[in-house]
Amino acid sequence: MKNISLYLVIAALLGACASEPTKTQTGAQVEDRSQSQTPPSTPPTADTQPLPPPVSSVSPLKDPNNILSQRSVFYDLDSFEVKPEYKALVEAHGNYLASNPNAKVFLQGNTDERGSREYNLALGQKRADGVRKILALLGAKEAQVEAVSLGEEKPRAECHEESCWSQNRRTDFVYQGE
Amino acid sequence: MRTKPFTFISFVTAFLISIVTGDARAALTIEITGGSSLQIPVAIAPFAGEEAYPDKLSKIVMEDLARSGLFKLIDTGGMAPPRTPADVRVSDWKAKGATALAIANVAPQAGGRIDVQFRLIDTVRQDVAQAVQIAGYSLPTSRTQLRLTAHQIADIIFEKLTGNPGAFASRIAYITKRGNTHELQIADSDGYSAQTVFTSHEPIISPTWSPDGTKIAYVAFDQKKPIVYVQTLATGQRQIIANFKGNNSAPAWSPDGRQLAVVLSRDGFAQIYTLNVDGSGLKRLTHTNSIETEPNWSPDGKYLLFTSDRGGSPQIYRMPAYGGEPVRLTFEGSYNVSPRYSPDGKSFVFIRREGNQFRVAVQDIISGQVQVLTENGLDESPSWAPNGKMILYGTERLGRGVLAAVSSDGRVKQKLSAQASDVREPAWGPILRSKP
Repeated sequence: MKNISLYLVIAALLGACASEPTKTQTGAQVEDRSQSQTPPSTPPTADTQPLPPPVSSVSPLKDPNNILSQRSVFYDLDSFEVKPEYKALVEAHGNYLASNPNAKVFLQGNTDERGSREYNLALGQKRADGVRKILALLGAKEAQVEAVSLGEEKPRAECHEESCWSQNRRTDFVYQGE
Repeated sequence: MRTKPFTFISFVTAFLISIVTGDARAALTIEITGGSSLQIPVAIAPFAGEEAYPDKLSKIVMEDLARSGLFKLIDTGGMAPPRTPADVRVSDWKAKGATALAIANVAPQAGGRIDVQFRLIDTVRQDVAQAVQIAGYSLPTSRTQLRLTAHQIADIIFEKLTGNPGAFASRIAYITKRGNTHELQIADSDGYSAQTVFTSHEPIISPTWSPDGTKIAYVAFDQKKPIVYVQTLATGQRQIIANFKGNNSAPAWSPDGRQLAVVLSRDGFAQIYTLNVDGSGLKRLTHTNSIETEPNWSPDGKYLLFTSDRGGSPQIYRMPAYGGEPVRLTFEGSYNVSPRYSPDGKSFVFIRREGNQFRVAVQDIISGQVQVLTENGLDESPSWAPNGKMILYGTERLGRGVLAAVSSDGRVKQKLSAQASDVREPAWGPILRSKP
């Protein structure tokens, strides 16, 4: 159920300006239709104006111009410290979660391939948990954020040198429903 | 497949024992890349009656001994298989430089049983007219157990001539990855008889054998996050042991096989817990705001080694198995991880980072003295042979995961690779008494 309601929230965000559904009819409500279905989902007739481009139909999470579309924090070797250049990104997500209490995010901590797989699993957890704590300070509720680790098991870049390793030392923001 | 004599004096060209089983099931290729300078010359005669079976026992014994790097195999050059010591002229073997000669008679019995009468003969003593027997065994076996019997013979020879028990009659577990397919496999210690125990499209890590060798605990991500399972090898039955909120990983068996130490992040960071093998009796052992992982039980069950970054970098600690105050054991370097007690409990193997290299090292528990055993690479997941003489570990070669082994004195080195797969996360199992 939780999933479904969250999907609906996301759907609402994604489709905020799209023509709205007509699906709630039950037998009792049939008479109401005249007023409540103002812009019915009928195709536009010749004399209607074309709809303006759906300015806000893109979720801020997906809008490439919005910092919320940036979803990764990268780390130095062995480090779980969020570097200053990612502060704005983390803050934006914290504020978003605080003002969208139905949004839920998974923080997936990752490491590069070097060293112990088990230690890397724990290090990934520490990275994700570090971000979780910042989000909590910014007002995200505990139930909105889950920190998990993928350790070194899901590399984004597969080569065996620093150019790939630096991409793999990161925490990803994955919103539920994505 | 070689039966010719060989020597390890020069290792410029490593030789291959190519492992090709008749049934062509995915096998490991084991390559010797270094050997001991002190090698015991030994001759393995062809076994009488072995030609009736697809696997030549004497060849399996020779390959085991050669792979250990501790033996120089003397050419038996097309000799007729001796059945008893009376068929052997000791002086001939002494002249060839052998210190011992192994002979055997493979005798089929009623009801499909096979009796292997094996003798190890001293070929050095010349003060006696007759051959002196170092060891003599009658090994009852069957067609399906013949390879195991050969490994047991190699173990006897190893023990009689080196003074240490062998570990050829044992199996290893490891993970292969090909594309998105991850497999937990087990194979005999020589890479034969590989079989897949569990397959997933998500990662599998940290396999570890139960002390009796009947089960393997491992971590699988098939439910999109790490969960600890125990799988019974005979039945294939999988049981979830730890599936709490967050990560569940790093299983380690207690020596009596009744408990597992695991690492859970359900209370925040990775912390060490113990529970019973049925999943009951969860108990938290560490209470820190740092990483506590990779627990490993001492052979006497009294202590746990583990990795912790409580001091600012990952280092190895030891604590009582019921919890309590830890003692830090590693001080040199900024990254020491993956501790595993040696079978005698006197030392532990671990991975140390030096510069950009991750190396296998062994530390003596009492003296604290460290010996680094490997030179370069991305070594990980070290695992002791049950006799404490070899250490199997994962490493990388040309961008591919391979397994490698090094003797605990650093002299003998082997590489094990599987065709077209990454191989990683090895775990060496206990000595096998009979084939399951």
